[in-house]
Amino acid sequence: MPHAISPTSSPPEPVMDDTIMSNAPAQPLEDEVPLEPHSDAAMLDAEPSTVDTSSGKLEDIFDDDSDNDEFSSSVPTTVDSSQPALAPAAQEKSAFTDLSILKQFYQRLLPFRALFQWLNHSASPCADFQHREFAFTLQSDVYVRYQSFASADLFRKACVNTTPLRFEIGPQYTINPRDRKTVLKAGSFRPVMKELVFDIDMTDYDPIRTCCTGAKICHKCWQFIIMAIKVVDVALREDFGFQHVLWVYSGRRGAHAWVSDKRARTMDDAKRRAIANYLVLKQDEKKGIRRPLHPHLDRSLDLLNPHFTKDVLSVQDPWATAEQASKLLDLLPDKVLTTALQKKWDSAPNRSSAQKWADIDSVAENGNLSTMSPKQLVDTRQDIRLEYTYPRLDAEVSKKLNHLLKSPFVIHPGTGRVCVPIDVRRLEDFDPFAVPTVTQLLQEIDTWDAEARRQEMSEEEKSKVEDWQKTRLKPYVEYFRGYVAALLKDESRVKRERDEEAGAESMEF
Amino acid sequence: MQAVTSTSSRIDAKRRAVLDPRKRQFAKSEWIDPDYEHRLNFYQTPPTKDISLEDFEEWAIARLKVLSELEACSFRNRTPEETSEYMRPVLEKWLRLDSNKSRSGELSAQRKKDHYSHWTLRLAFAGTAELRQRFAKLETQLFKLRLQSDYDDEKRDFIKGLKMSWEMVGPEEKATLLKDLKAATGFSQSRGDEEAWFKVDWESVPDLVSQRQVLLKRGKAYVHIREQLTMVQNAFTRSLDSGLELAARFLPRMDEDNRLAPILHHLSQSFVAPEANYSESNSLGDLAKVSAGDIDGMSKHFPLCMQNLHRELRKNSHLKHYGRLQYTLFLKGIGLSLQECQMFWRKAFKLIADDKFNSEYLYNIRHAYGDVGGDANKRGRGYTPYSCQKLLTEALPGPGQSHGCPYRSYTPDNLMSLLQAIGVNDREVLRGVKEDVGRQRYHIACNRVFEAAHKVELKKAKDESSLPSSNFDTILHPNEYFKRSFVLRNLGMVKKGDIGVDGPSQEAMSQ
Repeated sequence: MPHAISPTSSPPEPVMDDTIMSNAPAQPLEDEVPLEPHSDAAMLDAEPSTVDTSSGKLEDIFDDDSDNDEFSSSVPTTVDSSQPALAPAAQEKSAFTDLSILKQFYQRLLPFRALFQWLNHSASPCADFQHREFAFTLQSDVYVRYQSFASADLFRKACVNTTPLRFEIGPQYTINPRDRKTVLKAGSFRPVMKELVFDIDMTDYDPIRTCCTGAKICHKCWQFIIMAIKVVDVALREDFGFQHVLWVYSGRRGAHAWVSDKRARTMDDAKRRAIANYLVLKQDEKKGIRRPLHPHLDRSLDLLNPHFTKDVLSVQDPWATAEQASKLLDLLPDKVLTTALQKKWDSAPNRSSAQKWADIDSVAENGNLSTMSPKQLVDTRQDIRLEYTYPRLDAEVSKKLNHLLKSPFVIHPGTGRVCVPIDVRRLEDFDPFAVPTVTQLLQEIDTWDAEARRQEMSEEEKSKVEDWQKTRLKPYVEYFRGYVAALLKDESRVKRERDEEAGAESMEF
Repeated sequence: MQAVTSTSSRIDAKRRAVLDPRKRQFAKSEWIDPDYEHRLNFYQTPPTKDISLEDFEEWAIARLKVLSELEACSFRNRTPEETSEYMRPVLEKWLRLDSNKSRSGELSAQRKKDHYSHWTLRLAFAGTAELRQRFAKLETQLFKLRLQSDYDDEKRDFIKGLKMSWEMVGPEEKATLLKDLKAATGFSQSRGDEEAWFKVDWESVPDLVSQRQVLLKRGKAYVHIREQLTMVQNAFTRSLDSGLELAARFLPRMDEDNRLAPILHHLSQSFVAPEANYSESNSLGDLAKVSAGDIDGMSKHFPLCMQNLHRELRKNSHLKHYGRLQYTLFLKGIGLSLQECQMFWRKAFKLIADDKFNSEYLYNIRHAYGDVGGDANKRGRGYTPYSCQKLLTEALPGPGQSHGCPYRSYTPDNLMSLLQAIGVNDREVLRGVKEDVGRQRYHIACNRVFEAAHKVELKKAKDESSLPSSNFDTILHPNEYFKRSFVLRNLGMVKKGDIGVDGPSQEAMSQ
């Protein structure tokens, strides 16, 4: 079992005993802490039993919280059962950053081995992973850079011990980042390889969304992210030929893309900049986008048109009020047209955006075009459509080899949601509000365990099921594992080809 | 010239050295003979035939002259058109390369010279990173210049001959993708764009990708043919850079310390301050008789180094040894006779008693003129006046000394005050000088001052074409500076025949 803690390793204990608080007296190894179901089956409690020996101190510090928590600690005190349960919501919020919760998450749920294989590109640890930089954001807002690990287990151990709020992945360097101060030449410590990444953040869409602003999102504006993912994904696969593109929910209001192809990983800053500039669309105020449209923009327009009609015009309704409508008029460079439209809308207020959009064409047809030709109007309308639907990327993230980006499967401290991968085959079905939070997941483990006990599953059967498989995290982890498997297969094929080539050339002496 | 090009350590059986003398005479040549099909050359294979040492050096020097002029053009911020105009006579003179159409008999000799000189300079400039960078930049500029001036069909043949990693888009593919190709690559019928594209890995054209000027399909970029020239140039630079790195690594292994190393070293120095052969023509000759008393008046024609020495001399009535030597040789180059020179120094060192002067200083002057001294070669002629290169590569002057090139030995602030004292007040010029000094291009700074001081005369001379074109080359010798300055200022008098017996024809002859 790669990452989950296998109950088989735990010393045998009286499982069915209701009265005894089953707490493993001896904690054999720090990372092999057994997790037993709480004896009080009635109270669905999570098990921060692991914190006992190693972080007994922390237990004391967070004593208040954990006592009031739904998931009280299983420290053998009789206070637990008599604690009143406070309103869950209030605790949920602080619970996401709660040490004990995070520790449980790192121990049981986060798929370290899959992450390791993804970054290592092969089964046994090599420089790809060992010289990788990780940056931990610790509880006290401390940001620790240049962490590296020799294997997946050590990685997991470190997370469990230090319980960072989140961690980010950086590039692979020429030497182990921990040894960076030992080199004499400043040039010998430098980044050599990292996946190509993209970051789509909802706040970039604030100028054009009407339902929410800032950090808030809803199902309506989530469509913008879906649009962006569609356009960027097809460009990466069709135009650049990248095959291994992973989209990850950023936890609150956006998505990240990780391109793991070898060709992409080894690109230098200049090439990353080239791709970023290729994808970014900057509207030229005066001249509009260069015509004829580049095939990528053409294709994007085709993909986005249905979304424009549905998500922008009818759902977002960006030009409903007169004030908003003037923004639309600003985008049309023909004075006669705009005055005619203004008149029409003044006389008939409360026209919807869809109607106003159609008005542009109808009013123009009635001969209200002065400086623009009909073809130019078509182009301008296309420009406006792109303005309101085309992906808005944070190009800086993609341009530099050494940029650090939040890892998949970490927990977003603000929402508690896990940064899960997005299955692009079922993009439209992805619901950011259905993404499980860490507390929900831990709850689900307990539910499953209780159910398993009820069904009197054998130890053997229970041990075969890993913790993440007991929860809603299962499909996401499976998707990720599939992605990594495909990547590894590709990598080993390429490596084999290269070895064969090299072998054929090598001279025998 | 041998250069290691192959990476495998085994020699092809067909090319193994035939050592048996009886078989040798019938053995096939071990190296591929270069066959110069095109005017242009990517210099990917080193030359292999034997050439004489003189040719080795001469050809390299010729190429060096061309590259130095090219560098001077870029420092003076000339536009590409000006540069190609300026470079045409230079190239004609030093590195002539006719096209295939010209059917000149000289073709292969010219191309051979071009080929060999490039590889010689590659060796000479592989030593340090800075030299490599400069060389690569200049060679690329030269390549670009030649590429642009080539005939279209020859250009196409040449490019086809290069085994680049691109392939032309075939007709079927072109037909399917035509609309997209045109849209993506900014095709314009009106501009006369050809309907031809080639495809290459997108990593080779990141700039075009960045601007969305290419069509991308599964990692392949479809580029319009007009971008080809840029790509060829970039490929040239890349191949040259890697070749230079390789050369740098093998340089220490070269065991030619007696023959080639001094030549190569001398060549690499020329980049610091280009070679200037001093010849008799650099003196005024019969143009004007210079006497000791004239020096003060003539000093306004002197380059900064000599003016500086002159001022120091007048200020202190003394100059230390190197300063004296440099100045004496310069004066000899001007045309000052030994007598006059001796008188000049005697008067200048007025604080010194006669006998002291005779015993300590007189001999040196005579030695410089070749009047005395054990060296039979130099008897009667003495040493040659120092060129800019010599002044710039010698040791810097110490306290109390003022020889060498002030553009190098003075701090920029002191240099500014010196220039202003001389009479150069134009802020533009001063700023330009500061820039040049910052880049360590001291002879360019001196030329800049020269041009500023003689702006009017130079323009007139250019307009009237009264002086041959080589008079507008970069000045590389203090005496050259003096001669040109003198001639320009006295152009009218030369023509009228007041100065010099033969006037312009003397000029023409002395080119």
